[in-house]
Amino acid sequence: MNEYIILSAILFSIGAIGVLVRRNALVVFMCVELMLNSCNLALVTFAKQHGNLDGQVAAFFVMVVAAAEVVIGLAIIMTIFRSRRSASVDDASLLKY
Amino acid sequence: MLFWFLAPIMVAAALGVLVVRKAVHAALLLAVVMISLAVLYAALDAPFLFAVQIIVYTGAILMLFLFVVMLVGVDASDSVVETIRGQRVMAIVGGVLLGLVLVLAIGQISLGAVVGMNEANAGGNVQALANVIFSDYVFAFEVTSGLLITAALGAMVLAHRERTTPKPGQAEYAAQRMRDYAATGKHLGPLPSPGVYARSNAVDAAALLPDGTTAESSISRVLAARGTVRSVTGLTDDIDEVQRQLGISMKDQPEGGGKTGAPANTVEDENQDSNQDSNQDWGQIDDEGRGKPT
Repeated sequence: MNEYIILSAILFSIGAIGVLVRRNALVVFMCVELMLNSCNLALVTFAKQHGNLDGQVAAFFVMVVAAAEVVIGLAIIMTIFRSRRSASVDDASLLKY
Repeated sequence: MLFWFLAPIMVAAALGVLVVRKAVHAALLLAVVMISLAVLYAALDAPFLFAVQIIVYTGAILMLFLFVVMLVGVDASDSVVETIRGQRVMAIVGGVLLGLVLVLAIGQISLGAVVGMNEANAGGNVQALANVIFSDYVFAFEVTSGLLITAALGAMVLAHRERTTPKPGQAEYAAQRMRDYAATGKHLGPLPSPGVYARSNAVDAAALLPDGTTAESSISRVLAARGTVRSVTGLTDDIDEVQRQLGISMKDQPEGGGKTGAPANTVEDENQDSNQDSNQDWGQIDDEGRGKPT
């Protein structure tokens, strides 16, 4: 089962790099989703490893929370885009000044 | 086996999310990763999560992403300007280090014998999951419902925009038109429709005015802004080309085809041998049409 965990770690690192590197808020958000998904893979793998269902239940809850998070996050991105005409994370910098 | 087939695809698609310029492509590559993950869930004896992954993640969440990409603008691509110097390189180095540490650490350990889901899934995966969720995790489950309701309300509040002026109805629009007509003499009726020509009746060709100029208002402003408007003078070249192929000129037309027209002779001579027996007019159209697809 090690290979599943390693794949999960690789996907998590790729998602983390994406969050730091990309400037488009939507793509940053997609990379967050990628990280959540890779954690789900680890949870499901450990569920099989240990032969109980707690890991699958945790993955299920992560999915539910991710759905709620996506709804709110995309609504925030839409609101920012409406007022600033930009989806770039660099443009939302009013708190800096 | 399945794993070694899917894992490279998933890693490649995830790397693609990092490098593609357009958000739509990133969303589609993410869909590849998520569907592959669903297959892996099925391979890990989690059929319920397989279905939920497809329905919730690829079905709902990614479609929501695509909706927002459409609203925000498909070609809203990343800027390459770095606001913090060296941030990109540092991020990549840090991320690669994180991945290396994780992979090496996991490579060092041994997870032991796999217990497998046969016992846990004995009465069916969905039934077993329901047993766990509605006994041990019932409080978390109830809190989840509160979270979802809050998220729905929050999305509505965030997406809602207060209208500051009353919505204009048909009567207001009509009155505005009359005022514009009185003030500037703007035409009362609808805008002119785009041009209908022999070779083109598409919306990207402007209508011709009696004086030979084109009516700019007959084309959508979006097409004009994109610069995909077809020039009408280009179309007249097309018409000339068709007439040349048919072997007719404008003054021959009333006499019916180019059989007797003087300019047609050369074309007819070229095709004489192949069209000997057939009706010459139609045969020539076929022949030339096949030879020169436009």
